[in-house]
Amino acid sequence: MGKTISEKILAEASGQKEVSAGQIVWVQVGRAMMDDILGPRVEIAEKLRELGNKVWDPEKVVIISDHYTPPASIKQAEIVKFTRDWAREYGVEKYYEFAGPCHQVMAETGNVIPGTVVLGTDSHTCMGGALGAFASGVGSTEMLGILAVGQTWLKVPETIKVVWEGALRDGVMAKDISLKTIGTIGHAGATYKAVEYMGSVISALPMDERMAITNMAVEMGAKVGLMPTDEVTKAYLERIGVKDYKVYSSDEDAAFCETYAFDASALTPQVACPHSVDNVTDAGNVREVPIHQAYLGSCTGGRLNDIKMAAQLLKGKKIHSGLRMLVSPASKPIWKAADEAGYLKILAEAGAVILAPTCGVCVGLHSGLIAGGENCISSSNRNFIGRMGSKQGNIYLGSPLTVAASAVTGHITDPRELLQGDPTWVN
Amino acid sequence: MGELTGKALKYGDNINTDIISPPQYMELSIEEASAYSMSAVDPEFSARVRPGDFFVAENNLGSGSSRETSPLTLKYLGIHVVVARSYARIFYRNCINVGIIPLICEKSNQIEDGDELKADIEGGRILNLTKNESYECESLPEHIMAIIHVGGLFQYLKGKGR
Ligand code: SF4
Repeated sequence: MGKTISEKILAEASGQKEVSAGQIVWVQVGRAMMDDILGPRVEIAEKLRELGNKVWDPEKVVIISDHYTPPASIKQAEIVKFTRDWAREYGVEKYYEFAGPCHQVMAETGNVIPGTVVLGTDSHTCMGGALGAFASGVGSTEMLGILAVGQTWLKVPETIKVVWEGALRDGVMAKDISLKTIGTIGHAGATYKAVEYMGSVISALPMDERMAITNMAVEMGAKVGLMPTDEVTKAYLERIGVKDYKVYSSDEDAAFCETYAFDASALTPQVACPHSVDNVTDAGNVREVPIHQAYLGSCTGGRLNDIKMAAQLLKGKKIHSGLRMLVSPASKPIWKAADEAGYLKILAEAGAVILAPTCGVCVGLHSGLIAGGENCISSSNRNFIGRMGSKQGNIYLGSPLTVAASAVTGHITDPRELLQGDPTWVN
Repeated sequence: MGELTGKALKYGDNINTDIISPPQYMELSIEEASAYSMSAVDPEFSARVRPGDFFVAENNLGSGSSRETSPLTLKYLGIHVVVARSYARIFYRNCINVGIIPLICEKSNQIEDGDELKADIEGGRILNLTKNESYECESLPEHIMAIIHVGGLFQYLKGKGR
């Protein structure tokens, strides 16, 4: 019987010849990531003292202050300072601040290594599966244990296979693939399981787009969202200087618990409606929803390709009056690259406001919250009630193009309506 | 551990971590933030919960964030047992790790708010004293019981001399 990527990585990480879904294994952790909001300050700092008071291997620990940067209050500033001081005290040199949402920072600083186990105190850690790592979110006490001994127990997950064949049409992005998949499998349809995305469409996607898909695997309850490591992955890794890694792929005869097949040629822009991520429909079906805030950013939808797409659509256009468009590039290097390419200028000329690379808007901590009765269209990953501000506000999730198109018209808009007849358009 | 009794606080499907721990209050301590827990669906929650009460939901309890502040808040408010038909993965692990017992009970939908419950953890059973009914729960694997018995992962690791 063949093995899945998850089974192969977890066999290696637990020092066994082979393991199978359902087995409980103790694994060696390749990278342990903490952010500021759920990092050392929650349970960890205090209790690590009683567990030997040192980190098993500071080189394998990464700490990223992203949620409370820039701090909007003294309390937030204190949390960032605490996190920074803690990193220093325990010899963690891989400390990043104001660098962008943790998952993007992890990926672009070469801390997500194919074939290894990456665990972080943030549920979207599963994004790292786009680079072939077994990446997953854990809680604080579990992280405490990992920091003390470098290991934790995991149940080897069953794997759901998600195949996307065909070709994406103009105006349709990976985010639409992501939302369509979640709408079909459901909010809890992959709980405890791994999801492996494959097919000609996935292979044709650039790294930026792939990450928008694996990032949201947890929105179906999945433990990890994996993709095959191919030439695109290898080129990305080479560019950021990651050289030593092992590539695993699922065997032909590996056991998948379920298979879903989708036709990308039939896919249209998708929107997840309040207040759950699987409440998905065609963007065209909710065009009457007026928009008050358009958010382009986050670890899901703030990468260079996302900003480029939005800029192409917004070039020479103005955002609708009375609406605010906020843009937060997903990291400092992305901010800089988007600036150098002229995308930020285009967005600013259209009327958007460019923010720091941060988590702030995505999770309603600072930089732009919504009021009761306001609707936000967002390229981020979660539309739970109250997440971006008032509990009486509504969050709709869409692709960066859908966000940009809606910002122009003032209501939820299928971006293809604005792209039709534009000869300069290239997706 | 034996038997635990308490009143049910009952909710439905998809009670996520943004509801249990609203992100806007996460810079506060668990104690301060607990006043806002569940406020999106039950503004009275923190006022009406009593130590020993059971937190009961239906499907997919605890979806969303990895924030352990959610089970820590429930624990701070005195909840030792949560009951649901199914859980999101990280929340389930976090409950165990902080020392809350997460029971998987297919019949949790038969429990109503205010019902008096009695849980037999080892026997994998919940008695509804108000309705005079009994519900079976999935038994917890041995390695998880070992963690629960000592009160959470921290105590477990400490006991192992780590
Ligand atoms: S951008 Fe949003 S989803 Fe991503 S890490 Fe930050 S808060 Fe979480």
